Amino acid sequence: MDANATLDAQGLNCPLPILKAKKELKALETGNVLEILATDPGSIADFEAFCRTTGNELLSSNEENGIYTFYIKKN
Amino acid sequence: MAENNAKSMSIIVTKGSLDWAYPPMILGTTAAAMGVDVSMFFTFYGLPLLKKKLDLKLTTLGNPAMEMPMAGGHMSMPNIFAALPGATAGATIMMKNMMKKKGVASIEELRELAVEADIELIACQMTMDLFEYSLDDMIDGITLGGAATYMERALKSDINLFI
Repeated sequence: MDANATLDAQGLNCPLPILKAKKELKALETGNVLEILATDPGSIADFEAFCRTTGNELLSSNEENGIYTFYIKKN
Repeated sequence: MAENNAKSMSIIVTKGSLDWAYPPMILGTTAAAMGVDVSMFFTFYGLPLLKKKLDLKLTTLGNPAMEMPMAGGHMSMPNIFAALPGATAGATIMMKNMMKKKGVASIEELRELAVEADIELIACQMTMDLFEYSLDDMIDGITLGGAATYMERALKSDINLFI
């Protein structure tokens, strides 16, 4: 999937992945896609809740070898 | 402050030790990141969290629920050891190292993010007078207020927390 920007939040714990993602999204244009890499297992539920609440779209959420990858479209 | 139809939250912050500083700072910054208008009212021992230079200490004494991971198990600190000189300082260093290793934000970092996110930080005027703090001791961008200031925020907030 193509992303307009990538946030490496690996090694960061709650709530830093969310706070940093919010900052990155703020800098993006509407419709742009942010890719986020994280290692915090809590980030799966948290990015789902974040997107439901803020109206941004969680395009995908994947886990591979302990690394979680999220794609969020800014709305 | 975000748009007018945003949800809002107020938090009364009454405690300023390292461990107790986390819940209000984490919830305040996260709520702001989710588009919530946040006001935080710092009173009594929560007020020092607004000081320019933070030197937060862990609640070591009288805290049997504090279990540190140690040698594959967990250990809490008996009060008789926690009361010894240097015990609080030592446990604080251990905790800060552990937090750094686990990627937990520092309180300083969360506070910076709170300021950046336009969270309203209200210092309790009465506590400022009581403990003889001046505005010069505090970070820039805070506002001063009392109980009525807090009540005005709380009455129109969707969520009100006391921590």
